[in-house]
Amino acid sequence: MATLMAVAADAVIYASWLFIIAAGLTLVYGVMRILNMAHGSLYALGAYTAASLVGAWLRGGHAPLGSYAMLLLAALLVGIVAGPLIERGLLRFTYGKDEILLVLVTYALFLILEDAVKLVWGVESYFVTEPYGLLGNVELGPLSYPVYSGVLIGAAVVVGFALRFGLYQTKFGKLLTAVIYDRELAGTLGIDVRRMYLITFALGTTLAALAGALTAPTVSVVPGIGVEIIVLAFAVVVIGGLGSLPGAALGALIVGLVRSAAVHFLPQVELFSIYVVMALVLAFRPRGLFVFAEARKI
Amino acid sequence: MKPGRRVLVLVCAVVVASIASGPFLPPWALFLITVSIAKGLVALGLLLLIRTGLVSFGQGLYFAIGGYAAGTAAQWLGVGDAVVMVAIGVLLSAVAAAALGILLARYRTIFFAMLSLAFSMILYGLLVKSSALGSTDGFNVAPSTVAGVKAGQFGYPVFLLTVGSAAFSCVLLDAYLRSHLGRLAPAVRDNELRVEYMGASVRNIVHLNLVIAAALAGLGGGLAALTVGHVDPEMAYWTTSGEFVFITILSGTASVLAPFLGALLLELLRSLAYEHAPNTWQLIMGGAMLLVILFLPSGLWSIFERRRRIA
Amino acid sequence: MKLGSRSCPPPSPLGFAALFISTVVVAQAPPATPPPFKVGVVTFLSGAAAGPFGVPARNSAEVLVESLNAGKVPAPYAKAGLGGRPIQIVLIDEAGGTTKQVSEYRDLVTRQNVDAVIGYISSGDCLAIAPVVEELKKLTILFDCGTPRIFEDASPKYLFRTAAHAAMDNVAAALYVTEVKPNVKKIAGINQNYAWGQDSWNDFESAIKALRPNIQVTTSQMPKLLAGQYGAEVSALMAGSPDIIHSSFWGGDLDAFVLQAVPRGALKKSTALFTAGETATHKLAGQIPDGTIIGARGPHGVYAPDNELNRWFRPTYQDRYGLPPNYPAYHMAQALLGLKSAYEKAQGGGPSPSQEQILAAFEGISFETPSGPIRLAIGKGHQAIEPTVYAQTKTVGGKLTFVNRKEYPAEKVNPPEGAKSVDWIKSSLQAAK
Repeated sequence: MATLMAVAADAVIYASWLFIIAAGLTLVYGVMRILNMAHGSLYALGAYTAASLVGAWLRGGHAPLGSYAMLLLAALLVGIVAGPLIERGLLRFTYGKDEILLVLVTYALFLILEDAVKLVWGVESYFVTEPYGLLGNVELGPLSYPVYSGVLIGAAVVVGFALRFGLYQTKFGKLLTAVIYDRELAGTLGIDVRRMYLITFALGTTLAALAGALTAPTVSVVPGIGVEIIVLAFAVVVIGGLGSLPGAALGALIVGLVRSAAVHFLPQVELFSIYVVMALVLAFRPRGLFVFAEARKI
Repeated sequence: MKPGRRVLVLVCAVVVASIASGPFLPPWALFLITVSIAKGLVALGLLLLIRTGLVSFGQGLYFAIGGYAAGTAAQWLGVGDAVVMVAIGVLLSAVAAAALGILLARYRTIFFAMLSLAFSMILYGLLVKSSALGSTDGFNVAPSTVAGVKAGQFGYPVFLLTVGSAAFSCVLLDAYLRSHLGRLAPAVRDNELRVEYMGASVRNIVHLNLVIAAALAGLGGGLAALTVGHVDPEMAYWTTSGEFVFITILSGTASVLAPFLGALLLELLRSLAYEHAPNTWQLIMGGAMLLVILFLPSGLWSIFERRRRIA
Repeated sequence: MKLGSRSCPPPSPLGFAALFISTVVVAQAPPATPPPFKVGVVTFLSGAAAGPFGVPARNSAEVLVESLNAGKVPAPYAKAGLGGRPIQIVLIDEAGGTTKQVSEYRDLVTRQNVDAVIGYISSGDCLAIAPVVEELKKLTILFDCGTPRIFEDASPKYLFRTAAHAAMDNVAAALYVTEVKPNVKKIAGINQNYAWGQDSWNDFESAIKALRPNIQVTTSQMPKLLAGQYGAEVSALMAGSPDIIHSSFWGGDLDAFVLQAVPRGALKKSTALFTAGETATHKLAGQIPDGTIIGARGPHGVYAPDNELNRWFRPTYQDRYGLPPNYPAYHMAQALLGLKSAYEKAQGGGPSPSQEQILAAFEGISFETPSGPIRLAIGKGHQAIEPTVYAQTKTVGGKLTFVNRKEYPAEKVNPPEGAKSVDWIKSSLQAAK
């Protein structure tokens, strides 16, 4: 019984983390049809920026609780600065090209950002542990979990609902949904598709950076933390269905559950668990769990 | 000159030039060229797939199968001849593709890419778990003879074998692409429904092309294993597959010779970046990639083939 | 003298002749300094292994070579460079995979014409390079990689390793655990799922089961390398309530594990054993709980002996790079000092010894290092053995100190000549019981 509770708790915590990472990726793909391989680098950028900001905040002698605001600020900063910079400075020139070329452009961007981050922050590890231990622990049966994990879950829920509200209830969201369904038609109706792209990419970048910033207190920020994220994010997004937010949530939950169960009961298969899930889901639902209806070209 | 004959002439010219210059090239250049050709073979298979409208992010699977098969053939079957080792690798890769293709052939675009990636990562996981195969350390591969000729671990005979296999594959693939079945590949890419109306089976064409691409990747893997003298699970990792995709896009799909040029240039670029910028080589590689993609979207070969329509 | 007037005396023909003759004479004379000894240094400069291993090793190489060339290193290494010959470093990044590394090695040896190569942290790279070393016949020194296979599966002539291999770490760890926790009943492990982590766990499990056959393993977690998120693993480890948690984690993974396990109390009831933990002690000092067992893969870093070389090395490195040297830095120092010792020993036969002479001098050599004496005692004189140290942490007044320090002599924790580590661990520890 206690083990099952642990499996469930670990699954939900891991799934929340995955969801925040995957949400940005699936949003960007849904609107712009770009599978952003630099998503992991933006995550790393968010983590490093958070480390620097929180470090500066705490050295300035300010209240430790304010470090949470610093985490959010870091994510926003990266999203507002790096997002439009990349979109206007690079991606703008690649629209209309083959999907695969776009993937390679983002792969090149990932390589460049890896070295750029190394040049700015060096190879040393950064620690920003204050926010993690600040809120104490909570007991769940015989095991103890930091309240910070609850913060992570809360953040995922807030992100999920905010995106859902934004997409379905606001005017901007409805315009965005129109662009997701059919870019060309939306353009002919007078929607400024280019502006939509800019805002979407900035939003996607902010989400990636937010995931990085929220993770930073639980790890040491070192070069290469973004590399593993890419494949995880891809797997979740593909399982859930590209471009679908509820899909990303469900995909994250499934992956989290399978991984958690593997770790507790059969640790040897943990290494492949995510790929096996991906293969199985694709075998039975070739386009992922949630998929938009798409007209077939005749 | 007929296009098919032109390719044959070019290939023969390159082969003769390689054989003639081989003994005079410095060993590090010989090594670089051999590895590039091996990687170019994998990219050649990708060329076929891209012409069929599929981009596979999982060719590393067959690359690894080819390499490990060649390596284990030496250890467990007692096979010492390089040609046999590589042939076993090609055969196993083709068989794997024939099996996996039953599922894979139903997918397109990004889902095909992701599923192929998933399969290659599953093999990666299996190899990492296998301590008999050395896990992430891998093991060393050393042929004792090449087609009967005594060989050192790497040397002129392996170089000749690689050049020969590549030339052979080029000519064969070119002939295939000009054949009836081969010409259906771009048709499948353009409009599958019409191909079905014409009476051809899209499933079968895709499946066949998957097997051919896998065989080429397995060939490349076996030759790479012989040249480097070492195999490890990294061969099946998604970044390796991504590199092959990059080589194919970099070179363009216009000609069967293009992938080898692209592979060679990539290796040279990487070596230069390592030597002159050991701390920022990733930046340079990424920047170079961007330049090529933005200014030469049809690949490098388009420099030579400005007037030809890309098939 | 007035401006504009001729200020220089007209040149005299005698002066010209003297100048001409002296130039010709000088040009014919042998050069004042001998040509530099080029050493290729291969270590991680990018990626996850750069911060904890690659860059400290590079720093160590830089500071040591500069000091050697200036003759500032204490005896017996006071001669400048290598027996008077200045050392020149060619630096190569070890990232990029084994194919790339084999290619770079060939390039170093055949195009850049280095006189020797020192390098390789990754065991995969070491294994791939080994046959190429024999093929190209160039003196190569492995300074850090852990796999025992290099000299157990083959008998190379041109390849040396100046540090002990990884079997030592886990054998000593098992001995230490049974000494400080004699009632140990349950163990668990969390290791990265690749060769290093797998071998570390297997060696430790074999060793401790040989010493205490009734020990129970509650769980062996094998997360992916660089996974970074260990919430579920920590829960699984805590669930079994093991006495000892073994981990060969390094770098960001070790940091993340400590940061995620400590607040949950996982390391309060169980004692953590970090076989490669020394690299984390510099930055994680405030987080590591008391009683954690730390290994440094030998008598390195904080475990280094108080000898003259260490008294020089440690502050020299720290003044320049801000942090004290960790074990990869010490490993690099061993390699360079070993090379110098072999070179100067071979010089007994002539000012500029040939590679054959250096190889002969290197075989079985003993030399002093900041970590104490190193002896190339196994692998037919090509593989070093060293003693090793384990201790437990104790935070005193905010500073991390070490207590219960135990040192194990080299012969006890390293396999003898000709034995395979895997077999030796089981048989020798059963005998030692």
